[in-house]
Amino acid sequence: MALQSLDITARSATTTPSPSVRGTLQVAKLIDISKCIGCKACQTACMEWNDLRDEVGHNHGVYDNPRDLTDQSWTVMRFSEVEVEQGRLEWLIRKDGCMHCAEPGCLKACPSPGAIVQYANGIVDFHEENCIGCGYCITGCPFNIPRISKKDHKAYKCTLCSDRVAVGMEPACVKTCPTGAIVFGSKEDMIHHAEGRIEDLKERGYGNAALYDPPGVGGTHVMYVLQHGDQPELYAGLPKDPHISPLVGLWKGVTKPLMSLGIGLAVFAGFFHYVTAGPKEVDAHDEEKSS
Amino acid sequence: MQVTRRQFFRICAAGVGSSSLAALGFAPGEALAEVRAFKLARAAETRNTCPYCSVGCGVLIYSLGDRSKNAHGEVMHIEGDPDHPVNRGTLCPKGAALLDFVRSPNRLKRPEYRAPGSKAWQPISWDEAFTRIARLMKEDRDKNFIAKNDKGETVNRWISTGMLAASASSNETGYLTQKIARSLGMLAFDNQARV
Amino acid sequence: MTNHWVDIKNTDLVLIMGGNAAEAHPCGFKWVTEAKAHRKAKLIVVDPRFTRSAAVSDYYAPIRAGTDIAFLGGVINYLLSHDRIHHEYVKNYTDFSFLVKDEFAFENGIYSGYNPEARKYDKSSWGYQIGPDGYVVTDPSLENPRCVYQLMKAHYARYTPDMVFTICGTPKEAFLKVCEMIATTAAPDKTMTVMYALGWTQHSQGSQIIRTGAMVQLLLGNIGAAGGGMNALRGHSNIQGLTDLGLLSNLLPGYMTLPGDAEQDYKAYIDKRAFKPLRPGQLSYWSNYGKFFVSTMKAWYGDSASAGNNWCYDWLPKLDKGYDILQVFENMNQGKMNGYICQGFNPLASAPCKIKVSTGLSKLKYLVIIDPLATETSEFWQNHGEYNDVDPAKIQTEVFRLPSTCFAEEDGSLVNSGRWLQWHWKAAEPPGDAKGDQEIMAGIFLRLKAMYKKDGGAFPEPILNLTWKHRQPDAPSPEELAREFSGKALKDVTDPKDPTRVLVKAGEQLNGFAELRDDGSTICGCWLFSGAWTEKGNMMARRDNSDPFGIGQTLNWAFSWPANRRVLYNRASCDPNGKPYDPARKLIAWDAASGKWSGSDIPDFKADSPPEDGMSPFIMNPEGVARFFAVDKMAEGPFPEHYEPFESPLATNPLHPANAAARANPAARVFKEDWSTFGKPDKFPYVCTTYRLTEHFHFWTKHVRLNAIVQPEQFVEIDEELAQQKGIKAGDHVRVKSNRGFIVAVAVVTKRLRALEIAGKKVHTVGVPIHWGFLGLARNGYITNTLTPFVGDGNTQTPEFKSFLVDLEKV
Repeated sequence: MALQSLDITARSATTTPSPSVRGTLQVAKLIDISKCIGCKACQTACMEWNDLRDEVGHNHGVYDNPRDLTDQSWTVMRFSEVEVEQGRLEWLIRKDGCMHCAEPGCLKACPSPGAIVQYANGIVDFHEENCIGCGYCITGCPFNIPRISKKDHKAYKCTLCSDRVAVGMEPACVKTCPTGAIVFGSKEDMIHHAEGRIEDLKERGYGNAALYDPPGVGGTHVMYVLQHGDQPELYAGLPKDPHISPLVGLWKGVTKPLMSLGIGLAVFAGFFHYVTAGPKEVDAHDEEKSS
Repeated sequence: MQVTRRQFFRICAAGVGSSSLAALGFAPGEALAEVRAFKLARAAETRNTCPYCSVGCGVLIYSLGDRSKNAHGEVMHIEGDPDHPVNRGTLCPKGAALLDFVRSPNRLKRPEYRAPGSKAWQPISWDEAFTRIARLMKEDRDKNFIAKNDKGETVNRWISTGMLAASASSNETGYLTQKIARSLGMLAFDNQARV
Repeated sequence: MTNHWVDIKNTDLVLIMGGNAAEAHPCGFKWVTEAKAHRKAKLIVVDPRFTRSAAVSDYYAPIRAGTDIAFLGGVINYLLSHDRIHHEYVKNYTDFSFLVKDEFAFENGIYSGYNPEARKYDKSSWGYQIGPDGYVVTDPSLENPRCVYQLMKAHYARYTPDMVFTICGTPKEAFLKVCEMIATTAAPDKTMTVMYALGWTQHSQGSQIIRTGAMVQLLLGNIGAAGGGMNALRGHSNIQGLTDLGLLSNLLPGYMTLPGDAEQDYKAYIDKRAFKPLRPGQLSYWSNYGKFFVSTMKAWYGDSASAGNNWCYDWLPKLDKGYDILQVFENMNQGKMNGYICQGFNPLASAPCKIKVSTGLSKLKYLVIIDPLATETSEFWQNHGEYNDVDPAKIQTEVFRLPSTCFAEEDGSLVNSGRWLQWHWKAAEPPGDAKGDQEIMAGIFLRLKAMYKKDGGAFPEPILNLTWKHRQPDAPSPEELAREFSGKALKDVTDPKDPTRVLVKAGEQLNGFAELRDDGSTICGCWLFSGAWTEKGNMMARRDNSDPFGIGQTLNWAFSWPANRRVLYNRASCDPNGKPYDPARKLIAWDAASGKWSGSDIPDFKADSPPEDGMSPFIMNPEGVARFFAVDKMAEGPFPEHYEPFESPLATNPLHPANAAARANPAARVFKEDWSTFGKPDKFPYVCTTYRLTEHFHFWTKHVRLNAIVQPEQFVEIDEELAQQKGIKAGDHVRVKSNRGFIVAVAVVTKRLRALEIAGKKVHTVGVPIHWGFLGLARNGYITNTLTPFVGDGNTQTPEFKSFLVDLEKV
């Protein structure tokens, strides 16, 4: 265990079992949307800490900027104007980014050994030096989070500031959040904190307030408190019941046996296509057809 | 489960190809799984106050080096001061981005001068600038200073040159500026209290 | 702020109106979310736009921009007519029972004494009845029709929910819901905090809006209590400090005022300001004015200032009128100005009516810019295409641009909204050849001084004798300057009750303003900051954040003016017997055993004055109580009255439809040429309001890459109905024009704005953020103040940025 500062429980494309004797604290980030003012401090703090600078884009007639997650923007705010109750406008603002699933579809889908790891504390981290840019993590992700860089053809996403958490600090977005809409601690404590928030929201007339910790991915290490827990789609399309993409099952079911059959020349060439020409991003059409 | 033909092809091709790589001996070595090194471990830490709005949030400025003589203390990171009673470590999107203010490419670095009618800046030394400004101020003040008004009342004012004082400057700068402005008899004097 | 940021956590109800704390002050807004989470507090937002503050509110009510007095006047009417006021508080701590002069009158929207040609009032009838004993005559029964309570009740009886709907467009049920929520805090153990900012100040009647808010708070007994107060959220990091230090045309440090031309007599100048108590047994702290003034003059002019020359009184410039920024740009346009110095200030972007500002700057002989960043003002002469279409060859202004340091590169103190003076430390060297502001000011001043010494010139005495005791004369240090404004003793200062007892020895730093003297034995550059640097050291640098009472007072963190007091008027948090109205949030209480007031705060009161002596809590007022009736302090009249913005969709004031003089603020100053620049609703049918966004700070952060990324490009906000009418989709470019110019920006089409029904007609609002310009890393854009009118508040001349008229079209 000498070469790592966080214990690892799972690595992509690795069959050697990970050591599991030590028990570390399961961490979680809780995002209380009812406290979020959409100020984007988490966005600037994230870029600042992680030495990222996205492009200066355009205004597209909305407050969302950058418009989507990118290799440089690992978190973005998504703004939705909704009227759940007739005549009562609500501006729901969701901080989007990696959910750090307990059963990470990205990791399961990743064919490159050690490009994606899951630490014992629950963080799912990308190690770009091992990334081959195939984009499988995107297919595997039920939340559409990872993005392939046009610059180095590698996949990037929120690390939950694993470098800060490894030395006992909170992630940059958590620390900066002006209203305390983002909090961080043990998963157990975060669930307890959420229960208090839900009780408060129910008293304020949000009868369906609920915690978002979807079981379809084994629960997540980034959770939401939703005012309208019965309608997560209201929050810029947060999936109601996320599951790992069926494509990942296919990779497990079909491709792995193929691998064991030996290597053909065509397959070998296929790999070099990726290395030389770069990956193709899974475009929106593909995503839609697969759902 | 719905998988398009194109996706199926890509899954097979890439999956097999990359996994095969290790078997051929092209693997990128034993993949070490290490988090990014914590970048502030020994950086110098300085306590400061956010210069934007008037919540007055405490910030911690991290700069390169340990303040030894030969280390140039370039600011490398700024985050909230957890001890500060108001912000308790938090910062808004402006405060969290202060690093890019300190290091903005649009920071002014040397005195500049624009001559009447000119289209461009030209460099000027500090000494030249101070002397020329003082000369212009004195000429204007000597010519337009009003010692007495029409009624013969002592008024000692100078209103043909004015000043706007910076509302993000310190009390110490503000106090010095106030002293100087009034000693000159200046009344056309304002700050950002209104805008 | 009467209170401070952390104290907001102690409230039961937050009213955000005339501000948008979640966006403009996010880290201070945290204490709203804390109050909601831990005290079950509620948040009300009243705003023309559904802002990000509204997004997390419990109740949002829309309002037409510029009509806040009508709304708040309606609240006053509700509280009085439903008897939802804090009776003991208003009876004991306000001027409810004071009788007003018989000559005072209000007819057709105009107060007694109006001169329509001068647009000014003769205020001699705006006063209390003074009895033969020299004190105000009162009627504790409150039945006299001339008492403040009766006059106020009659004045606001006109502000019915129907009238509020007519003027503000706020639906009646929404208005009444807000009234009911506010009224709950009339209970002695409930408080409401009011958080406002430039959404209240930037109107032609902004000061009166704030007064109306304060009147609501007084009726409810919410001033002086923890979790209460009138909380102005200041917009710049040290605008509070610069105002405290008097860097405004008419001020001296600590809210002392410069004399007018007629005040040729020093003693009369002091006597006029050293108010004598207007009721028996009151403190009237301004009676110490002479001590503050003499100590400041000794700090500035040292040995030159003596009793014999009235402490250099004649050296101070005297005012024939105010020279605020609008007056100055008017003078520039008239060719009356030759030079201008912009120290960290970008008036081309931040002053109203860009064309007038630009024309004014073009007529200067010289312009000096001192700034860490490249401002638009510094390049007003340069052609930047459509965004700044000027011909440099025609502009003869000499311009100097001097690079200064930013916060990270200097030591010093800033005053936050909560009046805390907080010290900060230098972390890095400035870039290139940039210098600190103190060095730059010294560089200019010392050269001027040398020239006057050598060649003489106009009235050189104040320049030659200005104190300059700096170890490095060309670089005065922050420590030296802070010690000077905090104050020290020149001779031993003794206890007035026991002259043998020395309070401070000669040469030592003072402990506070109570030690100031008017005999020249003390120096103090700003009495309000006295105690910031004592013999114990720099109080502003203190960093003990302990909170022993658990209500967020942290008395050992930094230094709070005055006297390290955290909540102003805190005596009013107790009943007349000195017991806290809410013991759970005790600020101070009378402790009979020790014969002193004490608690979690420094008493804002004479510390040893027992309750039975009847001293009232508002010790800065000669009355000892808070004023509903503003006597002669305001330009427009003693009670706030709603007037329409200068540019308004209504042809008349619905309160005074027959009186054209009462349409817009009758006491606001309008320069002659500017009347013709105001637009009319037939050509400019939409109400426009300008504002900040949370992602940006004024005109600075367009130079900051991270902020440019998260809000890259200029936009305007319009409601869905208007967008449909005009065939505009989100993301289209639109041209917004006023009678003064136009801007082009991307359209954000939103449900967060909606048309309101105003006096029977439908009125749309267009929202225009301010942050863009022709320099910066964000996408360049037009200066928003191209659109705004050149008119200000009747008292402060704060420009009317929040409510004017525009038209708009798809490009």
